Amino acid sequence: MFNLRLDNISLGYSKRTVLHNISLEAKPGEILGIIGPNGSGKSTLIKGITRLIQPISGQIFLDGKDIASMNRQALAQLVAVVPQNPTLPELFTALEVVLMGRTPHLGLLRYEGEKDLATVQKAMEATQTLAFAERRVGELSGGERQRLTIARALAQEPKIILMDEPTANLDINYQIETLDLARQLCREQELIVVVTLHDLNLASQYCDRLVMLSDGRVYCHGIPKAVINAQTIKEVYGAEVYVYPHPVNDLPATLIVSDKDRKVF
Amino acid sequence: MALELLKNVILSKTATIYPIRWRSRIYAIAGLALLLGIIVIVTLAVGSTHIPFDTLCRVLLAKLPFIHAEPTWASNIETIIFDIRLPRLLLAGLVGAALAVAGTTYQGLFRNPLADPYLIGVAQGAALGAVIGFMLPISWQVGSIPLLAFIGAILAVAIVYSIARVGKTLPMTTLILAGVALGAFLTAITSYLIIASGDKLHGIISWLLGTFSLTSWWQVAMVTPYIFVGTIIIWLHARPLNVMQLDEEQAQQLGINVEQVKMILLGAATMITAAAVCFCGIIGFVGIIVPHAVRLIWGPDHRFLLPLATFAGAIFLILSDTVARTLLAPTEIPVGVITAFLGAPFFLYLLRQKKRAIF
Repeated sequence: MFNLRLDNISLGYSKRTVLHNISLEAKPGEILGIIGPNGSGKSTLIKGITRLIQPISGQIFLDGKDIASMNRQALAQLVAVVPQNPTLPELFTALEVVLMGRTPHLGLLRYEGEKDLATVQKAMEATQTLAFAERRVGELSGGERQRLTIARALAQEPKIILMDEPTANLDINYQIETLDLARQLCREQELIVVVTLHDLNLASQYCDRLVMLSDGRVYCHGIPKAVINAQTIKEVYGAEVYVYPHPVNDLPATLIVSDKDRKVF
Repeated sequence: MALELLKNVILSKTATIYPIRWRSRIYAIAGLALLLGIIVIVTLAVGSTHIPFDTLCRVLLAKLPFIHAEPTWASNIETIIFDIRLPRLLLAGLVGAALAVAGTTYQGLFRNPLADPYLIGVAQGAALGAVIGFMLPISWQVGSIPLLAFIGAILAVAIVYSIARVGKTLPMTTLILAGVALGAFLTAITSYLIIASGDKLHGIISWLLGTFSLTSWWQVAMVTPYIFVGTIIIWLHARPLNVMQLDEEQAQQLGINVEQVKMILLGAATMITAAAVCFCGIIGFVGIIVPHAVRLIWGPDHRFLLPLATFAGAIFLILSDTVARTLLAPTEIPVGVITAFLGAPFFLYLLRQKKRAIF
């Protein structure tokens, strides 16, 4: 079975190490959530897996193969990214942007053929973006752009989709819609989905397993119930919160309260 | 290859998502290429010596193999057409195509609508080289001016490039700033030399504004290989250039070797710009306006934008040069004056028409 494995990896920029000795594993059909405060290294982890930065030590394996030995194109055939706040060229049409997802499968001299267009069409159907395929990106809403980048990631036909704060700029409806879609794709297409999240409730509801980062190290990991509780959040985020079982599905639900009422409890 | 796309678009079996735009853009490329051919032939007839169109046709046909036409025209007609007008026309076409393609490439690479082929020092380097050439006691025939202009252009960009490079990467903002700074430095030297140039001033100024007078075949032969090879290289990188419109991180995550593509495209665009300016001078406006005009009309996809800009640039500069040599004949107007004078109103008209985001 295809898997993603980080083996004792340290990542950083020139002299500053951001992530220390991270080891983790993800399997198809599973959503792995990465949570942790600002600056804990969530985005750095995604840059490392897509080799935008070279590891200081350790290795990252895709299906047992070290990514350091793969070229960019081969890597992009396996790993797709849904970036946070991506720059999208405004004059291009939605379809043209999704077609860019075929890039890793096309050589310099090849244009998109029947198969590529069929793949793109399927990706756009799955993300319900086909309706505005011919509209210019500049005219689309934040939610539509988010779905478009997911469609582009699907058009890559990857084994792994990395989502960096996919809900950061969306209203609550689009947040749910985006993660519903991520989970559906993950299950149906047997994808590995790794998602970084700020919102602990979304993380708890949607992720099969969570990794909580603190200061560039894995603080704890496991199923949401094992990771999200008042004590870990106090220690990692420094925030006083209340965690109760969700009334519908018993998953941990984080509740906040302002300092005015905090002492009452 | 392109043929596959062409076949798919025209037959369009999976018609559901094939955009209609593609088909119209392919027709536009063919249309512009055809228009270019027609304009080349028609403008051969235009000039201070009027050549009737039927005479022109017969002179041209006589050059074709297997056709024997009795020369019923004055012998100087043939000289005017083949030794004076045709090389000049072809050079204008080549230079227009080169500047438009280079401008499109720079705008795409820098993701900046203000970019033009002269952004990172080509023009300033070429100008300094040419002015030094004018100061030397050697005349045009030796070819020192174009050679020095070419070397100056390439050297300037090479210096800017090596200053801006950080390790294995090339930050585009640093590149622009280094280009602007070095450009200002070179312009300072050039300006001083111009003031000190005395009786060579007129020649220098008309070179700086750009002119195609005195074009001969050897110039066309010198420039063609550079422009041809550079343009082909750029055309082949149209898709990577599209993907790089996202941003560098996304492009890398889509499998593009961004640093390599940047180097290839910068090299090719610089080479063709240097080749374009070295004989005819710093012709402005073509390299910034033609790409925008084409983008406004046919959209931002570089696979269509680059070939369309190539043909549109050639057409635009051939027409501009025809005006430059006929409007006040026998006096010539520098073609750079005409490109701005004709091009600016047309571009402003396009801007008024569209009124939406242009880049």
